[in-house]
Amino acid sequence: MTSGAPVAVQPLPRGGLGRLVGRRLTNWTPAVVVLVATLAIWQEAIDLFHIKKFLLPQPWTISTTFWDQRRELLSAGWLTFQEAFGGFAIGCGVAILVALALARWRRVGEALMPYAIAANAVPIIAFAPIADAWFSPFSKSSKMAIAAVLCFFPVLVNTLRGLTSVRPESLELMHSYAASQIEIFRRVRVPTALPFVFTALKIATVLSMIGAIVAQYFGGSFNDLGVLINSRSQTFAYKEAWAGIFVACLYGIAFYIAVAFVERLALRWQPSTSD
Amino acid sequence: MSVVDVSGVSKTFTGGTNALQGIELTIEPGEFVSLIGPSGCGKSTLLRIMGDLIEPSSGDVVVNGKTARRARIDRDYGIVFQDPVLYDWRTVAKNIALPLELAGWDRRRRAARIRDMLDLVELNGFADHHPWQLSGGMQQRVSIARALSFDPALLLMDEPFGALDEMTRERLNNQLLEIWARSGSTVVFVTHSIAEAVFLSTRVVIMSPRPGRISSVIPNDLPQPRTAATREEPRFFELVTQVRDALHLGADVDRQPEAAEARL
Repeated sequence: MTSGAPVAVQPLPRGGLGRLVGRRLTNWTPAVVVLVATLAIWQEAIDLFHIKKFLLPQPWTISTTFWDQRRELLSAGWLTFQEAFGGFAIGCGVAILVALALARWRRVGEALMPYAIAANAVPIIAFAPIADAWFSPFSKSSKMAIAAVLCFFPVLVNTLRGLTSVRPESLELMHSYAASQIEIFRRVRVPTALPFVFTALKIATVLSMIGAIVAQYFGGSFNDLGVLINSRSQTFAYKEAWAGIFVACLYGIAFYIAVAFVERLALRWQPSTSD
Repeated sequence: MSVVDVSGVSKTFTGGTNALQGIELTIEPGEFVSLIGPSGCGKSTLLRIMGDLIEPSSGDVVVNGKTARRARIDRDYGIVFQDPVLYDWRTVAKNIALPLELAGWDRRRRAARIRDMLDLVELNGFADHHPWQLSGGMQQRVSIARALSFDPALLLMDEPFGALDEMTRERLNNQLLEIWARSGSTVVFVTHSIAEAVFLSTRVVIMSPRPGRISSVIPNDLPQPRTAATREEPRFFELVTQVRDALHLGADVDRQPEAAEARL
């Protein structure tokens, strides 16, 4: 037999978590440098250009404010995160189910998609005061509703695109095996869609935090982060408002990283882009 | 009983393209039949009609004494496309096992068959690799292993080596003949390459376009088993010339500009 020898194949290193983190650390060095430089410039520029410190506090002031009030701020952030997460779970869950249905019954999908896209253009945040009226302004439900609606459309559109981006040969292959529709979904459409879904879920983490916080600007319990930021701004306690924004960032970034981590676990088969 | 019996098959696509007209073709067990012709002659359409992936507008296809549809549901077909269509989320072994899973084979039976198939296409040691870790030629061998894994009566191949370089193509041609000899399956093979058709087939079916039809059938008497040396025999060149002349004859019948090449 002519050479069927394994040529030119270099399996990518499939290192454990430790190696992954190690590689990540070196990759992140430039980003850390940028962060430190930005904070330093911010800190110094305010003194240098005599910017009013109560309008734009220095990073050092913000961090000491955060540290002094960390208990209150972090618990407010936790409450807000719960609302964001609730909205994320509901919005994304429903979006994925609807996308599965629309991909299965293509006619229905074609009839509904124009309206879904039109609805996507509606500034959902505008409904925040109304949502507060529908539910109670002090309930978690109104914030979750806004966060859920914000998450819904990007996840729906991306999931549907993923489910329908299966190549024709792939479907012909499954037909030649006499595979049923359910088997085609399970073994081809869903795995094809997963990378699309995770991209959308990562976008949705950020959207859900925005939704929850903005909804809180229009009313919420005093322990909410949005309420805290809003009330401190109104009393010119800007450094406290900034500390609140910092906490919102912390939770938002942690949420994003958590979903990105699940993505890595779920899509371990993918060729790693960092290699 | 013949494996494939195509009688009076015509296909007109919506839009009026007359892809096939009056196709008559009978294929006996163990044959290796190549379909060759210019773009738009309907060779891939004919292959897909045999595999019940496209319905003919008229005419009958009988596979193993059954309708094409019944044969597809009974999993009588293995199919290999130009693109290997492997699933990145499955390892090589799991890709090969896909039709076996669908056919409800249990784990032990699947594992044994995967080993046999990896032997057959000489990919031992690559069971746990993912498709993107393999070269194009190796991917196509996985695709062939998958198509043969469930012992289909008929192997349908649609330009399987069309995207590969000449050297890889010739090597895979040699291997395909060995696989064919060992598996004893019947093969229908669509190609653009005259040399490939002559080297592989027991019969070369020449098609011409507008409307797609069979213009001639050339039996191939090159002795078996064929090896790399076969490509240097005078008889090989004679047959290549014969096929080339037949193709040109078909093309001279009408000289309209190439129209609507869209996946016929």
